[in-house]
Amino acid sequence: MKLTRRQALSFSTGAIAFTLAGMRIGPALANAEDTSAAVQAFSGGAEPQSGMMTLKAPEIAENGNTVPVSVSVESPMTADDYVESVAIYAEGNPNPEVVVFNFTPMSGEASATTRMRLAKTQNVVAVAKTSTGKVYIDKREVKVTIGGCGG
Amino acid sequence: MATAKPRVKVPKSASAGEVITIKTLISHNMESGQRKDKEGNVIPRNIINKFECFFNGTPVFSCDIDPAISANPYFEFTAKVMEAGTFRFVWTGDDGKVYDTEKKIALD
Repeated sequence: MKLTRRQALSFSTGAIAFTLAGMRIGPALANAEDTSAAVQAFSGGAEPQSGMMTLKAPEIAENGNTVPVSVSVESPMTADDYVESVAIYAEGNPNPEVVVFNFTPMSGEASATTRMRLAKTQNVVAVAKTSTGKVYIDKREVKVTIGGCGG
Repeated sequence: MATAKPRVKVPKSASAGEVITIKTLISHNMESGQRKDKEGNVIPRNIINKFECFFNGTPVFSCDIDPAISANPYFEFTAKVMEAGTFRFVWTGDDGKVYDTEKKIALD
């Protein structure tokens, strides 16, 4: 088969595009839709309200390997009205799930702190579920200088 | 990691009804399952996936952990103390290993 100049050119551009696609660095990352689907599944479809929960995270995280994050929810924490669980999601990580805190009336307060990994600059979302069926949400953007997911 | 060592900070005593803060840390590398070794093979996931805290046998706090939690997972949370007793802390790993430790608290 004899290649014309035009065919040869189109072949080579195709090959370059293919190589570039294969070279996409790092693992596939989650996105905002995956996160909102996860939030929906967690809240059982209830409409989340904002204001009752505070999500604390640094505005700029230099090292994505350990980003401190804390949540606290205003709640009386009595046997019939307490915060059952708080889930944290990271929109730009390979998997959006970060952690689920389960509280009991014995917790006294619905607050917890941990350290998480963030792959890149992204939104962090916290969702709380109370024993009375209320759902609270809070969101914070964290700028990440060095990502923390290897790859 | 064979040497996962739990460290827990609980006040020695509290007054009845006081809400205390508990800090816990366990040394564990929390292999996320996303990293690759020099040959390009994926290093299998091996993390602590569950942490629980009990007071005199009653659950106080627990969390379900995903690989997005940093190495040496650290948790800070609160507990309401009504009586003297013992806090028990349990970490469970993907590899089935269970690490636990206990701390006593007295009433003022």
